[in-house]
Amino acid sequence: MTQYLDFEKPIKLIEEQIAALSGDAQSAGAAAMSPQLSRLKNNAEKLLGEIYARLDPWQKTLVARHVERPHFKDYVAALVTDFVELAGDRKYAEDAAIVGGIGRFLGRPCMVIGHEKGRTTHERITHNFGMSRPEGYRKAIRLMDMADRFGLPVVTLVDTPGAYPGLGAEERGGAEAIARSTERCLTLGVPMVAVIVGEGGSGGAIAIAAANTVLMLEHAVYSVITPEAGASILYKDAGRAKDVAAAMRITAQDCLGFKVIDGIIKEPIGGAHRAPEQAVAAVGAAVAKALDALTDMEGPALKAQRRARFLAIGRMEESAAPAR
Amino acid sequence: MSSNSWWNNVVPRGFQKKPDGSPPPPKKDTRLDKANPDDQQWVKCPQTNELYPRDDIEAAHWVTPAGFHMRIGAEPRFKSLFDSKWTLIPLPKVPADPLKFKDDKKYVDRLKAARAKTAREDCMTAGYGRIGGQKAVVLVQDFDFMGGSLGMAAGEAFVTAAETAVRRGAALIVCTASGGARMQEGVLSLMQMPRTTLAIQDLREAGLPYVVVLCDPTSGGVTASYAMLGDIHIAEPGAMIAFSGPRVIEQTIRQKLPEGFQRAEYLLEKGMVDMVVRRGEMRDTIGAILSILMSKRAQAVAAADEPQLPLMLPDEGPAPARDARKQERANARQRPKAAE
Repeated sequence: MTQYLDFEKPIKLIEEQIAALSGDAQSAGAAAMSPQLSRLKNNAEKLLGEIYARLDPWQKTLVARHVERPHFKDYVAALVTDFVELAGDRKYAEDAAIVGGIGRFLGRPCMVIGHEKGRTTHERITHNFGMSRPEGYRKAIRLMDMADRFGLPVVTLVDTPGAYPGLGAEERGGAEAIARSTERCLTLGVPMVAVIVGEGGSGGAIAIAAANTVLMLEHAVYSVITPEAGASILYKDAGRAKDVAAAMRITAQDCLGFKVIDGIIKEPIGGAHRAPEQAVAAVGAAVAKALDALTDMEGPALKAQRRARFLAIGRMEESAAPAR
Repeated sequence: MSSNSWWNNVVPRGFQKKPDGSPPPPKKDTRLDKANPDDQQWVKCPQTNELYPRDDIEAAHWVTPAGFHMRIGAEPRFKSLFDSKWTLIPLPKVPADPLKFKDDKKYVDRLKAARAKTAREDCMTAGYGRIGGQKAVVLVQDFDFMGGSLGMAAGEAFVTAAETAVRRGAALIVCTASGGARMQEGVLSLMQMPRTTLAIQDLREAGLPYVVVLCDPTSGGVTASYAMLGDIHIAEPGAMIAFSGPRVIEQTIRQKLPEGFQRAEYLLEKGMVDMVVRRGEMRDTIGAILSILMSKRAQAVAAADEPQLPLMLPDEGPAPARDARKQERANARQRPKAAE
């Protein structure tokens, strides 16, 4: 049973009609129904395509957060064979908001790390809605250390509203954990590919996204602060999240324009949650392609590429080599 | 079971005890120009509300007799850190308002207002000189400029300061004061976290010390990047140092935060900073640290008998120095005008 977003109401109406007609058709066994049915199906598909072609940034945020959107575990199940999940930061705790392990990503031995939000209530609590505590980042650092040591490329899947803003994060150096994790990404001597598959929320995202190649799903968002939190700061009113989502230019299309990301992975019509297998396969293919492009590069070249990539973002041409 | 109760079970009780000592911080803006707008000769201590002659407070590096460390900008900071004189490092221009951002006000208008108020281009100012005889680049973040928020200009300033330090074989000292990322620059502001982190790698590779002086307040994306990556972390007494702001945490966990939470002394107790140092002792402390951390390097340079770059930037050499001077003259011209 699909969960419809507010702006999908017209699609919901048609799809309900289709469901009703299909039911009638089955019980009556009437072939006469089928032209009407196929017309409705065409209409639904067309409408879906139209609505999704002009999603505004806030609507995209809702799509990026859709509970049926493929999550880390769905990607791993479909794309990574021989996956061995690795737990714990060896310092304090295991944090299931970030999951990681070794396996073969479409056949390529890899370290795979990502946020997991969980889908059922129980899962969401277990994974803390994908909001990592310091331990999640320290686990990521540990796994990246290991990847570096064993020459394994790192693939990360980013999907978090942000780091968990709790008391414990302050007590145990959440900020330091994020800073070190970002630093670890940037110092890796192995290829690293990151995909923003849902929400790329602030420092909690960049901590595992400072990669050689950064990709985004078509309706994913990448942002310095959630639109709600931004709105409560700028307008003292979280209800104006829609305005802030637009003002902050958080869409994949904007991020590509700013050269913050290197490519956009197309989603199935109507979003990744409507055809998860298709979306997962598209991400798999894009990551495999990105990994293969980096595979011949040595450690120093990979570091230099990452450095050039990030330093170029937002830089004015003439300030590239300022005179001092 | 909610995630909160799970969390409470995980946090050891001992971690929740109150750190003692630090005075409760006042909520008000402690900038001196607002402390007593009617009379520039007197400065009010935000902690005790006592008035003191401005000259005395200035001589004490803007620390009141009660020990309250007022927020300061680049000039007094340089004065309190460098041995004597220093040279400003020209900072690169960045694209203005790439998002065409607007909330109640246009971002460009907010920038204009901040520039008029502070007479600087953005929140960062970089200077080069000596601390305890050691070569040092000091980068100061001014909270008075849009809350010291980290945007492209600040990020680029950081990169420039680190590059300058590497070129000159100098240590980098960064005095942080920031509310976090500059929302008006969106994801480009977020990108300053990896960008500044890359600049720090240059210092690491060159074997040059990177010292962070955490000033009041330091939070958000700044804490979660360059503020927590120093070889040495020094906090000013009473400075608020946080990742998430206290209000956000209280809303999330629905409980009152302990007193002194997120203050410098609390971070010392939690192991996030090396020491809490009074501003008046900062120069000596940093000088002592640098002299040890840079001792091997000094030997190597002496052994190599390399001609060293002279201390002051304008003497450096042909083209760059001219540009530097030009920029400084331009800055000097701008300042009084903007201050009106």
